[in-house]
This record gives sequence, structure tokens and C-alpha cells, in this order.
Amino acid sequence: MPFDWSSIPGSPPILWQGMIVTIQITLVGALVGILLGMVLAVLRLSRSRILSWLAAAYVTVFRSIPLVMVLFWFHLILIPLAAGLLFPGRRLELGLLTALTAFSLFEASYYAEIIRAGIMSVTKGQFSAGLALGMNRGQVMRLVVLPQALRRMIPLLLTQAIILFQDSTLVYVINLDDFFRKAYNIGNTVGTLNEMILFAGAVYLVICTLASGCVRQLHRKLIVSPVK
Amino acid sequence: MTFHLSPFTFHLSPASPLAAFDFSVFLRPSPEAVLNNLSYLLVGLGLSLLLALASWVVAFVVGSVVGVMRTLPGRILPSIGVCYVELFRNVPLLVQLFVWFFVVPDITPLLGDWFKQQVSPFWQEFIAGTVCLGLFTAARIAEQVRAGIGSLGPGQLGAGLALGLRRRQVYLLVLLPVAYRILIPTLTSEFLNLIKNTAVASTIGYLELAQRSASLAETTSRVYEAFTAATVLYAILNLLVMFLARALERISALPGFLGAGGNK
Repeated sequence: MPFDWSSIPGSPPILWQGMIVTIQITLVGALVGILLGMVLAVLRLSRSRILSWLAAAYVTVFRSIPLVMVLFWFHLILIPLAAGLLFPGRRLELGLLTALTAFSLFEASYYAEIIRAGIMSVTKGQFSAGLALGMNRGQVMRLVVLPQALRRMIPLLLTQAIILFQDSTLVYVINLDDFFRKAYNIGNTVGTLNEMILFAGAVYLVICTLASGCVRQLHRKLIVSPVK
Repeated sequence: MTFHLSPFTFHLSPASPLAAFDFSVFLRPSPEAVLNNLSYLLVGLGLSLLLALASWVVAFVVGSVVGVMRTLPGRILPSIGVCYVELFRNVPLLVQLFVWFFVVPDITPLLGDWFKQQVSPFWQEFIAGTVCLGLFTAARIAEQVRAGIGSLGPGQLGAGLALGLRRRQVYLLVLLPVAYRILIPTLTSEFLNLIKNTAVASTIGYLELAQRSASLAETTSRVYEAFTAATVLYAILNLLVMFLARALERISALPGFLGAGGNK
């Protein structure tokens, strides 16, 4: 069956709108996810039983259910509920907000595990040395442990961001027009669905291959760093 | 068959957060299932698990072959392995699924015609889902098999060859059996990921657990109950798999190796 690529030259403006949504989800999801993940990781390793248990519960719950299910929860229950409480009686466009919130909170649970492993890879001696210098636990964590741990984790954090970039296509199930959904829509209306699916796949393939290549280079650079 | 192209749209006003949960909804008869709404969801759980198991078979076989290819001497086979892994890891799962479901049947003349005309919708979704999830997961398994074989070092291979085994025999009798046992914990987490990824098959209309909870939410307007039940079922399945994997790990533990597989 011959392909008909004629719908691709005219579509970049529409696809770019979708790409902006995809990029927004990736950036916000990664940044908020890393910050929240850091908080969760520190809480999980804290001495307070309750806080540690709560952080563990958060991570376990989010990691045991599919992302599609999480998106359903936020799309149909949590975000409409919050919007109803904060702005009663108003009809708001919640699609992007739903995606940003869901991805940020979902990714936080994955980032928390990466960061926890990173923190635990910093030797105990560093912690004791910090305490011996008269810092309190919070200071040791903030000034000694986290900077070293983060540096070691950077490749993993970036790899997770690439996964997030790919997973953002799942906003398909909440009807949000990201890059892939835009491509799908064009293909569906023009009748070149196959071509648009393949084209979108190729775009993801190029971006992700380049990005993971860069991460690998960075990893090689960081590995020879004197921080050990 | 336009129904499985359109994503689910709901226009439910969110009920008051204080509204009492009414789990009796699950005991009500379901128009779709034999018994009641709970059985409707449980069948969905079964279909999720079925898809995961079928995909696992594909993933395990293909992943092992590709993983082994990457450890072989020479240039060509290892680079084919690298290309496979890069291709399947760098395209989103949803896009891959649509390629298998929409594109491949259109561009393969004979097989595609048979697929589109002779195969029932359920099996179309199941086959596309199995191939897609299987090959997607295979790329991850390949990386782990490679790392597992790599962690054994060259000594085992050399010893096998010195005993007069052929390379194929060394892999089948020595390297892989040991590597798999070391890899049980990481393979378990891959299987758990696979179970979660089956929810993506809802986008092509495969009626697995997540999709069924959404449609139950729509038909009964009991969104909270439907999603809570599906979430709990996923969590239970997760715990069950972890429990079984731990048992398997104990049974197959190798003397002389540290318990966890993470020590590469």
C-alpha cells in the first residue's frame, strides 16, 4: 500500500501547538516532580516514623497503579473537585491543568525512588563528618549530602525526563491535544492516519535518541568526576 | 467501529466530596457481564493479566535473544541488538501500539487483510496489544539479560568453552540459567511495569481493568467507587506478583551469590 505523505508539509504549525503542550507537560512534570520527589525522599529517610511511612505510602500507591488510571482519577475526580471548591459555578478549561498536576504528582513518586537511592549512595562518613562539624541534620542533608547525591543522579533524572516526555502521549485518554494527539487528529481528518502515526513516531524517535545520547555523554563525564 | 477510536468523554458533575460511598453498586447486575458490576471489573482484571502474561512470553523470548546478541563477538549481531533496543525504547508506547494496530495491518497485504477481515475485534486488540507490549518490554529485558550475562564475567564463558561446549551450549546451559536467577528481582519489576502498561491497550478498545472502570463510572455514575475498586485491584495484583516473585527468588537462590540482583 503506497503512502501519501502530502499532509505533512502543511501540518507543522498545528503540530507545533501540540508540541508546546508536550513540552509544557515534560518541563513542569520534571521540575515539580524532582522538587517534590526530593521532599519525599528526605521525608522517607527522616527519623520520624509517621513522615517516613507517609512518604513510603505515597510512593507505593502511585507506583502500583497505571498512569492511565492516575490520569482518570485527576481528570474525572480530583481536578474537577478542586476546581468546584475553589471556583464554584465556573466552567473552566481544565485539560492542561489536569495533565500538569497528574504528571507532576505521578513523576514525583518515581523521582523520589531515584533520589532516595542517590542519597543512600552517599557514604555514612559524609553524614557523620557534617554532624561533627556542628551542623544539624537538616544542614548536613542540604549542604553536604544532597549536592553530592544530585550530581550522581543527574543522568538518571534526565533519563526519567525522557521517559516522561514519551509518557506524556498518554494524555490521549483525557482528550488533551499534545503533539501526538494533534498528529492523530490531522491524520484522522485528512485520511492519512498511517502516515501521521509513523511521522509522529519518527519525531519522537529522533528527539529521544538524541536526548538519550546526550545523557550518555554526560554520564561518562560525571563518572570520572572526583566526587566519590 | 468508531467506538474504540474515540477516547472516553464524561460530563459528570463532580459529586460532593462528602457524598457517602455506595459500594452496593458492585452488587447490582451489569448489562455487560453475567453476574454483577464487580464481576465486570474482575473480568477486566483477568484480561489485564492475560494480556500481560501473553506479552511476557513474547518479551522474554525476544528479549533474551536480543540480549544475547549484544554479548556476542563480531560487529553485526551486537549492532542489530543495539538498534532494536534504541528503536523500541525511544518511541512512546502509545505510538507503537497505534503502529501495530492501525499501520501494520494496512501495509502488510496478505496478513493484514486476514487480520482485518477474519479476526474478531477482541482478538485484533489482543494480538496487536500482545505484539506491541511484548516487543516493547523485550527491549528492556534485553538490556537486563545483557547486564546479567556481563555481570558473570568472562570466566564462565571461558570455562564452558574449555570444557568443550559449543558457544550455543555455554549460553543455554551455563550463562543464561545463572543470569536469569540473578535477574529475578529486576525481571519482577519489569513484569509489574508490563501489567501497568496493559492499561495503554484501553486506547485501542481492549476492555481491560482501567477501561472497564471508566465505562462502569459512566454507566453507573459512580465514579468514586469504580475508580477506587480498580485502583485497589491493581494494588492487590501488584502485591500478589511481588509475593510470588519473592517465593520464586527464595526457591531459585544461587549459593555463592549475594541475594539481591543489583550487585553488578
